[in-house]
Amino acid sequence: MIEVRWHGRGGQGSFTIARLLGMAASVHGNAYAQAFPSFGPERRGAPVLGFTRIDENKITDRSEVDACDYVVVLDETLWGDNVLNGLKPNGIVLINTETPEKYKIDNVNIIALDATSLALEYLGRPITNTAMMGALVAAGDFIQLESCNNAIRESMKENIANKNIALMAKAYEMIKEGK
Amino acid sequence: MRKFISGNDAVAEGVRLARPHVISAYPITPQTIAVERLSEMVEDGSLKAEYMHVESEHSAMAAAMGVSSVGARAFTATSSQGLLYMAECLPYASGARMPIVMMNANRAIATPWNIYGDQMDSMFLLNSGWIQVYVEDAQEALDMMIQAYKIAEHPQVLAPMMVNLDGFVLTHTYELVEIPEQDKVDAFLPPIQMSKQVMALDDPKSLCISAGNDFNMEFKIKQERDLQNSVSVIESVDHEFHEAFGRKYHGMMECYKTEDADVVLITTGSITGTTRIVVDQMRAEGKKVGLLKLRYLRPFPAEQLRIALRDVKHVGVLDKNISFGYEGTIFTNVNSALSSLDTVPKTTNYIGGLGGRDITKGNIEEAFEQMMSSDHHDKIQYMNVRCEQ
Repeated sequence: MIEVRWHGRGGQGSFTIARLLGMAASVHGNAYAQAFPSFGPERRGAPVLGFTRIDENKITDRSEVDACDYVVVLDETLWGDNVLNGLKPNGIVLINTETPEKYKIDNVNIIALDATSLALEYLGRPITNTAMMGALVAAGDFIQLESCNNAIRESMKENIANKNIALMAKAYEMIKEGK
Repeated sequence: MRKFISGNDAVAEGVRLARPHVISAYPITPQTIAVERLSEMVEDGSLKAEYMHVESEHSAMAAAMGVSSVGARAFTATSSQGLLYMAECLPYASGARMPIVMMNANRAIATPWNIYGDQMDSMFLLNSGWIQVYVEDAQEALDMMIQAYKIAEHPQVLAPMMVNLDGFVLTHTYELVEIPEQDKVDAFLPPIQMSKQVMALDDPKSLCISAGNDFNMEFKIKQERDLQNSVSVIESVDHEFHEAFGRKYHGMMECYKTEDADVVLITTGSITGTTRIVVDQMRAEGKKVGLLKLRYLRPFPAEQLRIALRDVKHVGVLDKNISFGYEGTIFTNVNSALSSLDTVPKTTNYIGGLGGRDITKGNIEEAFEQMMSSDHHDKIQYMNVRCEQ
């Protein structure tokens, strides 16, 4: 089972992207998936978590995600010990930052992407969730980019979907080239 | 069609397919999204129903009773404090034999105020004369909305039905759900047909009547008899559902690897799924553990439990509730059912998940290990707590 934890702030789309990844893997892929937010009141600007579980078998586990293969940070002001909590030994952290040198830790695989600049270029707004999904797809090799494109097409209006698909493709390409 | 949707969405999809005439509801976390979706469906015309945005849960049920009185199909949904506020109306509906269907998002009750999931709320209403079922995932939530009307409206049953799903863990978790086709649902669940007690403009009736000490017991005994007998309807509806849609839920309860088990844990609702994983892991280690998913609490499947558990050495009951001053409510019911066996298994009550506290796979494994060991332990065990007990 692949377990992904998304860190963001209310309004940045961290749960939306957790859900889109699950939709991509299940409805538009051949896997089963589960997606859920950190449960509780919803408040704009407050730290929130999103979770995605993906597996080839039906997922019946309803306990909280305590060990992650991937941690994705949409907003670097949330950086702290809780980002690395529960990261599996070979796990990967993906962070949205323009200063990757700040995030070098021994024995932790951290991949940086300046998703905010990319999002401003492609969407005209600093909404970074789809860019970070593109980075995750490139880093992860557990899901096809086309499945994610289909999930976006299913969930957004056509013109917005197209912009996000282009943004995701660019982020994907940058991480693949950087590898 | 397959969709990646939440438990709340699945409830709304199931209700839409069941074609209710009127939805009367008041929003409350974590049920809100279910009634929002239904309101949107009425607005966009994909559900041809009247949506009544009432001023309280008490009014929601009162309105549903009006709907049922004229022979129409009623739906409402609530949770926690809303269910308790509605409580006065529930025995009115069941005593008047109105087949209303309600979704309850299981949530903690105040004080302390808490919006997360446990099963304290619906336990208060076990005595209300409503059928109570608890579902494990979003698919079962959708499917039970369809089954519920068929069970409730059956002429031998005529009882309202509460479909319970765990707040947040089910209502707010997205997963892959198969949406049945409308024509198949229509064939499975024909339009409501209530003839005898239905009121009409040219056929006025007095409903929710009074009956004093000369008749009251006879009313209540007939109600009790029909609720007891609803077991066979519940089982046959599940069987028919399997034939029509290919999914079955094993009627009153599901036994998972219990056949040769020494130790069995009884669960209700979403924790069942987590427990399946622990059972599989421990079985792989050669440990004879099993799981009994208790789906219905009313009617209570006492005889089925006795048959399933008669050769088990130790039975654990996982309660997400406390009946203050005694123990978990399901534990009391299970012990009562098992007490007439010649050899009564040992029983332990595992109380956990209150106010949304996580129950981990480790917690469940510890419970199984404790039941397998011969060491003495207290009959009531609290899971995953920090305070002294």
